[in-house]
Order: sequence, then C-alpha cells, then structure tokens
Amino acid sequence: MKITINGKSCEGVEGQTVLEVARAGGFNIPTLCHLADLTPTGACRICVVEVDGMRNLVAACSTPAAEGMVIRTDSERVLSARRFIVELLVSCHPLDCMTCEKTGDCTLQNLAYELGVTGSRMEGDRYDYPVDSSNPFIVRDYNKCILCLKCVRVCNEIQGIEAIKTTQRGFDTKVATAYDNTLQDSTCVFCGQCVQACPVGALTEKKAKGLGRAWETRKVRTTCPYCGVGCQQELHVKGEQIVKVMAVEDGSPNKGRLCVKGRFGYDFIYSDERLTTPLIKENGSFREASWDEALDLVANKFKQIIAESGPDAIAGVSCARSINEDSYQMQKLFRAVIGTNNIDHCART
Amino acid sequence: MTNSFGEFADAKMFLCIGTNMTEAHPVAATFLKNALRKGAKLVVVDPRRQPLAKLADIHCQINVGSDIAFLNGLMNVIITENLYDKEFVANRCDNFEAFKTKIMEYPVERAAEISGVKPETIREVARLLSTVKPAMLCYTLGITEHTTGKDNVMSTANLQLLLGNMGMPSAGVNPLRGQNNVQGACDMGALPNVFPGYQKVIDPAMREKFARAWNVEKLPENNGMMMPHMMEALPDRKIRAFYIFGENLANTEPDIHKVERELASAEFLVCQDIFPTETTRFAHVVFPAASWSEDDGTFSSSERRVNRVRKVKTPPGEAKPNWWIFKEIAKRMGHTWESNSSQEIWDNEVSVLAPALGGIKYSRIEEDGLQWPCPTLEHPGTAFLHRDGMFTHGKGVFNPVDWKAPAEIPDREYPFVLSTGRRLYQYHTRTQTGRSGMNFLMSEETADISPADAQKLGIQQDERIKVRSRRGEVEVRARVTEQVPPGMVWMSFHFREGSANWLTNAVYDPATMTAEYKACAVNLERL
Ligand code: SF4
Ligand code: SF4
Ligand code: SF4
Ligand code: FES
Repeated sequence: MKITINGKSCEGVEGQTVLEVARAGGFNIPTLCHLADLTPTGACRICVVEVDGMRNLVAACSTPAAEGMVIRTDSERVLSARRFIVELLVSCHPLDCMTCEKTGDCTLQNLAYELGVTGSRMEGDRYDYPVDSSNPFIVRDYNKCILCLKCVRVCNEIQGIEAIKTTQRGFDTKVATAYDNTLQDSTCVFCGQCVQACPVGALTEKKAKGLGRAWETRKVRTTCPYCGVGCQQELHVKGEQIVKVMAVEDGSPNKGRLCVKGRFGYDFIYSDERLTTPLIKENGSFREASWDEALDLVANKFKQIIAESGPDAIAGVSCARSINEDSYQMQKLFRAVIGTNNIDHCART
Repeated sequence: MTNSFGEFADAKMFLCIGTNMTEAHPVAATFLKNALRKGAKLVVVDPRRQPLAKLADIHCQINVGSDIAFLNGLMNVIITENLYDKEFVANRCDNFEAFKTKIMEYPVERAAEISGVKPETIREVARLLSTVKPAMLCYTLGITEHTTGKDNVMSTANLQLLLGNMGMPSAGVNPLRGQNNVQGACDMGALPNVFPGYQKVIDPAMREKFARAWNVEKLPENNGMMMPHMMEALPDRKIRAFYIFGENLANTEPDIHKVERELASAEFLVCQDIFPTETTRFAHVVFPAASWSEDDGTFSSSERRVNRVRKVKTPPGEAKPNWWIFKEIAKRMGHTWESNSSQEIWDNEVSVLAPALGGIKYSRIEEDGLQWPCPTLEHPGTAFLHRDGMFTHGKGVFNPVDWKAPAEIPDREYPFVLSTGRRLYQYHTRTQTGRSGMNFLMSEETADISPADAQKLGIQQDERIKVRSRRGEVEVRARVTEQVPPGMVWMSFHFREGSANWLTNAVYDPATMTAEYKACAVNLERL
C-alpha cells in the first residue's frame, strides 16, 4: 500500500494505522493517549492530521491507512488544532517545570515548546489535589494529570491488575484507586507500569527525586537481577548513580514491562552495608586484610588440604544470581586447578 | 523451558501446576493474563487458592504432594476415554505400553482420593485439555521441591507427550526459574556431573577436550558431590574446605539449626559475597565481590536466553569482579588463565567449549539476547525445542512413575502441613530487597492459615502465634486467608526471624537432592 505524507510517498501494509505508517516513514506525529500494543481510544486528539478529501481532521493513531491517502502532518490547520489542545491542557497545569521530575522528558512540555504555547492566552482553573508520596516508590500528583488514561489502561490491560480507574465526570474527573485510597491500601502491586506510561509529571519515581535530569542521564540496557524471566531494563544513570529504571519498550521477553522488584529493587548496590574489603577471621572476629594476604591464605590452605587429603576434600557452591562468566570461572577453578568435581549451586531453589 | 515467554500471549491454553506466577514471575503472569483476555483457558493445579488460581477456569486444589497421583489419574482418563494424541504417541514417543500399564493403576477414583480433587473435576480437566491444543504446561518449585521432585517433573512431561503438546509454539513443558541465573549456572557447569554445556565429566572424550582447552594434564573422573552432601560432610571433615560464592545457605537451606551446626563445624570456610550475611558469620575468609551493575556479563533466563548485563558503576572499596577473584586463586595455585574480562571469558572460552552456545558472542547480543541452542554464528537461536517432535534422543520417552507421600506427613502431634514459597515484595533472604525499600510493602513473615483453622484454634487475624515442627519453632503473626485450605500453613523464607526454614525438613529427592520445602508437619499454638 502506498500513501503520501507531506508530499513523500510511504509504504504501508494493510492493517497499519496512519500513525504507524508515518512513524515508519520518519514523520513525527505527537501522541498523548496512544499505547502501541493496545486498541486506540482516540481520546486526546493531539495526533490529528489532514487527509485529502476528508472534511475533518482525523486522529492518526486510530485511522487505518488506506491506499492512495494523501496526508499532511504539518499544515497550519493541523498545527493550530494541536496548539488549541495544548493551550487547554497548559491552562490548568501547575507549570512548575523548574522543579518537576519530568522536565526534559515531558510530552506536554515538549509540545508546548514545539508549538510555541506559553500558557498566557488562557487562564483556567487549577486543581488542588493533595500529592500522594506516602509510599517509597511512586509519587502521584494529579494536579499535573492530563487525563490521557494511559495509566489506567496499562494497569488494566497490560498488567491485568485493575487497581486504578477514572472517577467522577467533567472537570473533576480523576484517576483513583477504589475508594480513592493510597496505592498501598489498594490492589496495586507497585509494578510502576503506570509511571512508565505517564507522559507528564503526574506519576514519577520517588527514588529518582533530585538525582538527575532527563538530559543528564545515559541509558544503559541490562537484565533484571531478580527472577528467571530475564526482563530487559533501561537504567537511567548519572555518573555512577542509577536514577531510575525503565523497561526496554521493544525488548524480549518483557516488551516494556517490569514488576516491582525489577523496577524499584535496584538500589541495594548503593547500600553502605556492602562488603568493601577482604576479611580474615582471627580469634573469633574479622579483621580487614589486603587482597594479597587473603588470596594467599586461601590458595595455601587449598594446597595444604590437597596435599594432605586429596582434592575431593574441597567443595564449593556457585551463585545462581551472579553472571555466567563467574560460574564458569568457579567451576574451572574447581575442576582444572583444585582437581575435583565437587562444584554445585542451588540449582534447585 | 522448552518454549518461550514470547509465546504466552498467543497461547490457547495453560496448565499451571505448582507455580505462584503472579508473585514469583510477575511479568510472565502479565502475558498469561493477556492471553486469558483473548479467550485462552487456564487450569491451575495448586493446594492454595493463590491469585493465579482465582483467574482459572478450573482450579484443582490438590493436597500437598499429591501431584503424581493427580496427574496419573488425569492421564488415566485421557487414555481410557481415548482423548490422547494417538499419532504423536505412535510416531514420536517410546515406552507407551509400560507407561500405560502404570497409568491404569491410577483410576480416577484413586487419584481423587489421594489428591482431594473430585473425580468429575479431573475428568473435566482431561476433556478440556484434549479439546484445546496446544497447551502450555508451566511449573515452578511446587513440582520440584519434593522428595519426588524428579518423578513429578517426569509426570508433567508424560502428560505433554500424551497430549502431543511438544515441539510447537505455545506448548511444551516450562519450568519457570526462581532466580535470575539458575539456568545459566547450570549451563556453565556449576554442577557436579557436567562441564559447561551439559557435557558429562564421566565421559573420557569430554575430559580430554576440556583438559586441552584448560591446559591441564587431566581432569577428575568421577561425579562430584551435591550441595546438601557437601554440607553434611563438614562435621566429620570429609570436606575440609568449603567455598560459598553468593549463597546465603544459613537461611535458604531447610532446617536452619542443622545447617548452622554444619557450617560452624567447617575447618575452613571461604565466603564471597556483596553483603555480610548470616552465612558469612561462619567464614574464615570473606572476599568482597562486585554486584549486579558493577561488572559486564551475561545472565541466562528461564527461556534459555543469554542476555547482557552491563556495568554502570565501580564496585565499592576493594570489591572485585568474581571472575577476577577465581583467576587470582588459580594463579596462586600455579595456573595462568588468559581471559581477562567477562567478554573474553564468554567469547573465547564458554561459547567455544559449549556447542549449544557456539553461535552466541557478545557482539550478537548487544540488544535482544539469543536463545540456545544456537550452534553457529548464523543461527537465529531456538525459541522452542523438539520442533516437529524431534527429540534429542530420537523420540520422546514416557517414564512411568508412582506417587509417594511426602517424607513427613501430619500426625496427632503435628497436625498441619507446612508449605513454603516466595512472596511478591521480597526475594530470598532479602539481601537485595531488604535494602531497596520493599520492607514498606512487607515487613515481617506471617503464617498463612485458613479461616476454618483460625476459628477452630481461636486465632485472630494478625495475632502472634507459634509454629513448631520437629526441627524448631518460630513466632510469627497469623495471616488468616481464604487462599489457604484447612490443614495447611504457608510461609516464606524471606525474614530470618520467622523464616520457614527453622521448620522445614532436610530430606531430599534422591536424584536431584532438592529439599522437600513444600511439605513438612507442624503444629500451631496460641501464645
Ligand atoms: S503500579 Fe502497577 S498495579 Fe499499581 S496502579 Fe500502577 S500499573 Fe497499576
Ligand atoms: S496520571 Fe499520567 S498517565 Fe494517568 S491519566 Fe494522568 S497524565 Fe495520563
Ligand atoms: S522485572 Fe520482575 S518479572 Fe521481570 S525479571 Fe525482574 S523480577 Fe522477574
Ligand atoms: S494519541 Fe491519537 S488520539 Fe491521543
């Protein structure tokens, strides 16, 4: 299928939306409520484009691409429609971007910047909701919520938890748990999927607070250190500090998902209880030692035991959490150097 | 896993047995839930009415440790009602007749009596399983942590062979691994009987191959000891030096009193860890290690996928990469090893020596990992095993197995069966989760008991009670919940104080030496 976007011919396949074809062709159409894996709701209309032969602007995320369509994504009509939406959103937004955790990675901020919306043209009512930071992981500030409902949909349709939904109508529409309880008093499982989905600063990671701005962090792909699913994480790192953890959107196997441990269980590595020096026990208590001293002690003891009792008097267990290369190296030490197959790990738990 | 997580979302049917997936493998469970939304069927076999069971079309609430009786009864119905995949069984499988003879000893009424599941329910499951194809069978430690663990595993495989649910997408036998790199530690040969890549140490050709690669004259010929035997050999000094890398055995092994006696008796104990633990207390030497995010490397997930792990910070103080520590010991014992980084170890040693990993190099897994078998650099990796019923040994083999009761069953003195497992917000002995804020969501151990038993014993929600077994006793709060059936107590081992492992029974499956964490007898007392 061929369609024309801003004068350029683009290839698409049956079943793709205008948004998908445009993105594949390198055109940037903004979205707020769109979620790649879920059925579009067409709720925010920020993604509108102009289609030749159609009277109204259409939402790119929910309009199927069709052979021969001629589309403009950047006409004045499109831009002014977008500007109007953003002005409405900005008019009731707190605009404390200076201290907002989302600054630099906020879709609303980016749109306002691109469309030249300053927020001065309209002055709307602001919300006055209390900010919920009563748990260690997720801060909820619904004063900043633009009601895109992504959080609700990922909670329900991706994670299958159904902890949050919209309540009330009109200006007072709000996302809330049952009875408007805190997350810890709801069915929430703290997977943080809603935080990853939120395009603005309404849902943010509490631990990330003050640790670094979006443009200061480098993104490092890695694998979750907890269960055997092997979820792919994107660490946001400033210097040596992990600021926050996101899921790799298209990574296998987790396709943008994490659980509470994978998303929020990372900072044990910074604990001041870490072991930082080799220790040798003397008269019942530990004293610090140099690597040379500790390594020599172990190697000499092993040599002595091998000489006296043979290599099978030594045994070891490897770690089921550390990297493959470490386990390989340990079994090699036992087999090739010590000379025993007494090497195991807790394979069974 | 024979199959992959990526196949969950399109699966038509799941049989989940002994897996608390929503808590222990939460992201896997989200894909399962997505499939259910699209109309997939779910049968859960589990003594507890845990969250997954609540989503099930049929929940078979079996008695603890009755898995084989239940599965044999199920297969009895499938065979007697002619519901099995005759073509697959005839062409792709061996040993059906002997298997069938065994299965005939488990008429559905007998299975029902042992498992506590009604005969009609077992029949219903059999019929459902035979109408929806393929089905993915998933299990976790509910299958393996029994004295009959190995037989339990074979029984699940028998069922999938019988139904012809092997060698295609969204099918197979899928053990979900508890820890991030249990799969990898096995693949790497941290096992007493195999070199990396499951090449047997008793095979002279393999010994020769590895001796050449490792530049040594010979390698030990006999299988080594498994972990429980190692520890049991400490008191009489049959094992004189014990090297523990990363494991917190003093909390994770059954019967903490026994484990600590053993550890305390060690002549020479070396521990290598990122934190001081209950286990390092017993060490003579402690090595401080680099942790996750402090070294480059790979983990292998349950679906046999080799994924990259990356370094973002330097280890604290003098802590060093683990591979470096092993290399330094080797050097001091007269062996110079060449590889000097995780990448060199993987690319130049592991993937050269393990045929199934031969095609996996760091350069190929910059983004998504590759699933072994991946024998060549061109190979795309393997999402599911036994394609078209081609098994490693030619055909799939039925293994007739008998049901046996757990080693310790409730009696007058200890009338409850204790089963153990993991909870969502904590992980193992909390060395990691206990230091990342999770205590807010779960701050102490509880004994989960049924409302019926709570009422009988006059125990209130959250009341502190004593749980006692022949090995020890703990005081914990009672969590009265519909999840647990009468006669059962359920606990985890995350908190040292109140850990189930003060109570658990150090008896093992004779083949795998996996402990029976899922069944022992306890008593409950009000304080
Ligand atoms: S953290 Fe997860 S469960 Fe809780 S509201 Fe967000 S998406 Fe839902
Ligand atoms: S909290 Fe965020 S994701 Fe949820 S509706 Fe508001 S803006 Fe959208
Ligand atoms: S994010 Fe959760 S489900 Fe994924 S690997 Fe980590 S612990 Fe497992
Ligand atoms: S992104 Fe298309 S309508 Fe919201």
